[in-house]
Amino acid sequence: MTAHGPTAASLVGVMKRYGGAVALGPIDLDVPVGRTTVLLGPSGCGKSTLLRLINGLIAPDEGTLRVLGEGVTPASVEALRRRVGYVIQEGGLFPHLSARQNVALLPRWLRWETPRIDARVAELAALARLPEALLDRHPGELSGGQRQRVALMRALALDPEMLLLDEPLGALDPMVRAELQRDLREVFRTLGKTVVLVTHDLREARHFGDLVVLLRDGRVVQRGPLSALESAPSEGFVRDFLDAWREAP
Amino acid sequence: MRGAVLLALCALGCAPKAVRVGSKNFTEGVILGEVAARACAAGGAVTEHRRQLGGTAVLWRALRSGEIDAYPEYTGTLASELLRGVDARDLRGMRRALAREGVAMTAPLGFNNTYAIGVPEALASARGLRTLSDLQREPGLALGLSHEFLDRADGWAGLRARYGLPQRDVRGMDHDLAYRALSSGAIQATDLYTTDAEIAWHRLRVLSDDREYFPEYSAVLLYRADLPRRSPSCARALESLGGSLDAATMIDLNDQVKRRRRTESSVAAAWLEAHRGLRSAVASEGRAERVWQRTREHLAMVLSSLLAAVLCAVPLGVAAAKRPRLGTLVLGAAGVLQTVPSLALLVLLIPLLGIGAAPAVAALFLYSLLPIVQNTVAGLRGISPALRESAEALGLPPFARLRLVELPLALPSILAGVKTAAVINVGTATLGAMVGAGGYGQPILRGIRLDSTSTIMEGALPAAALALLTQALFACIERVAVPRSLRGGR
Repeated sequence: MTAHGPTAASLVGVMKRYGGAVALGPIDLDVPVGRTTVLLGPSGCGKSTLLRLINGLIAPDEGTLRVLGEGVTPASVEALRRRVGYVIQEGGLFPHLSARQNVALLPRWLRWETPRIDARVAELAALARLPEALLDRHPGELSGGQRQRVALMRALALDPEMLLLDEPLGALDPMVRAELQRDLREVFRTLGKTVVLVTHDLREARHFGDLVVLLRDGRVVQRGPLSALESAPSEGFVRDFLDAWREAP
Repeated sequence: MRGAVLLALCALGCAPKAVRVGSKNFTEGVILGEVAARACAAGGAVTEHRRQLGGTAVLWRALRSGEIDAYPEYTGTLASELLRGVDARDLRGMRRALAREGVAMTAPLGFNNTYAIGVPEALASARGLRTLSDLQREPGLALGLSHEFLDRADGWAGLRARYGLPQRDVRGMDHDLAYRALSSGAIQATDLYTTDAEIAWHRLRVLSDDREYFPEYSAVLLYRADLPRRSPSCARALESLGGSLDAATMIDLNDQVKRRRRTESSVAAAWLEAHRGLRSAVASEGRAERVWQRTREHLAMVLSSLLAAVLCAVPLGVAAAKRPRLGTLVLGAAGVLQTVPSLALLVLLIPLLGIGAAPAVAALFLYSLLPIVQNTVAGLRGISPALRESAEALGLPPFARLRLVELPLALPSILAGVKTAAVINVGTATLGAMVGAGGYGQPILRGIRLDSTSTIMEGALPAAALALLTQALFACIERVAVPRSLRGGR
């Protein structure tokens, strides 16, 4: 199951256990550079665990994991995380900081000059379609959609090589969701970055995904373009999963 | 050159240290301390009176550790509490036992402050009552005795047995009520201390203990054995006070302070001038000046202990939050400290830190640890896992995460802990007066001793005001330091 061309992350025989129970793996997977990979599957299938492994938030119990050409070790993980943007479902914005301060947190810590930070924040606001007037509000004063736009800006602040998103639209109502979905895809296209997006929603996968990886009980069931999954399901579960979404309202 | 340096050092280090006289927290003790200190000062020694330090244990420890040089004590207390196995009437044996502790004792000052039975003067002279033995002839006499005297083995039961007393009408009552009952005629005799001011006040006759039943509580001055070498004039002055104060004089001095509301200083100075020809100045300060002085002492105690506690407890709280096992240990230790009664803690700290502000600040510091550590731990543990993980996912190293994200998020909780500690400190600091730290506790102690509500209020009101002010101050700090999005709970 190797992809052709360069990979942003590669997993070989990776396993993760929680208290004896296998949460993920063994799994082999390559994440291709410059494309959007969607990790799809029902809840509890291990897709979020996979994402957190790639970001070094958890370490594999077995197997090898390379991200952006490096092994993930305690020594390398912090520098590596700064090359990888990360957005979670509720945004994870710090409530004690304004939107601008949230976005500028890492640049400021890296001692960027203020004009450079200001320019970068303005650039990101335009990219994420966030009105600049909202930048000085605290997360509690922003809507759910606005918060996700700020979270995206924060993840992109250092212009990372890869962007990880864990159910970024999960907590939004349908109207906001549709709009943000469009804007996100636009951003991915503009930037041409490697993106790994976790979702349980087939329609979202269809919307974003060049490449879909369907997971079940911690294992990869099938990977490829969604059309391939639909035309040639590798096993019954793939068909069942797709059918369930077809019947959904 | 080297000689000059030595001389200069000597000028700093060899300057005669002030002689420090201590006194216990009751009126007679403070008067005697004041008499001793003024007698020393009149002899030319630089003298300081650390008045109304706590009880016997505090003074005895302070004397032996060199925190004070002298204090008034009673032979009965020495025999029963401080030097086991020495008879209160055996002065020579007592001096020998004291010498082993590095302490010397003056000759008895001239009065014996022990339990006694008093009867109204008019009744006593009508019936010819002079001694306790005379009570055998008066079976109809109604006695009102304090509960403590009734309960003690060496109180009423022993007294009745020793003298074969026939009285049947014996009631237990509050000491103050007993005096009132005496003047209304409801009772005819009560127990008292032989130098109580009330003896003069209520015109009582003290019946003499002709069968030597009550223990001897002769007043003496204790001083450090090295005092005669360090300040010969002071040691001479203390020794010269032996035999100079009889019971009638002491009752009068107590009465002047208790009933006529004169200060111990002016009463002691007047007596020394009239009877010993020693002149000494009595500094008088206004109430405002006094309160300001107490406020400065109180604030210094509270602020220094609180600052030290914040500097220690916040890092401890962080460590405790990060390492659960260490956390259990730290919180457990701070919790145990909290349960040590404050007075006991103060007394325990005296051998280590002496008397004055140091043990008080140390005790307040220790009491402040728990609320601050606890709230720091709670604040850090209360941060949602999503936020914690977000900070980690950004690629910030642990210390930066702590500084930029975790501590700011825990700030409302930490501030609440500091506020709790500060308010508790303002109240507990009043106990500092027991170990000579001054503060608002000074007038409170004095007021309780003299039964003077206005004096108590001089300490209690500013202390309450300071506690309220502290609350208000922290409300302001919260408004400034905590972003509006974190206020009112997360």
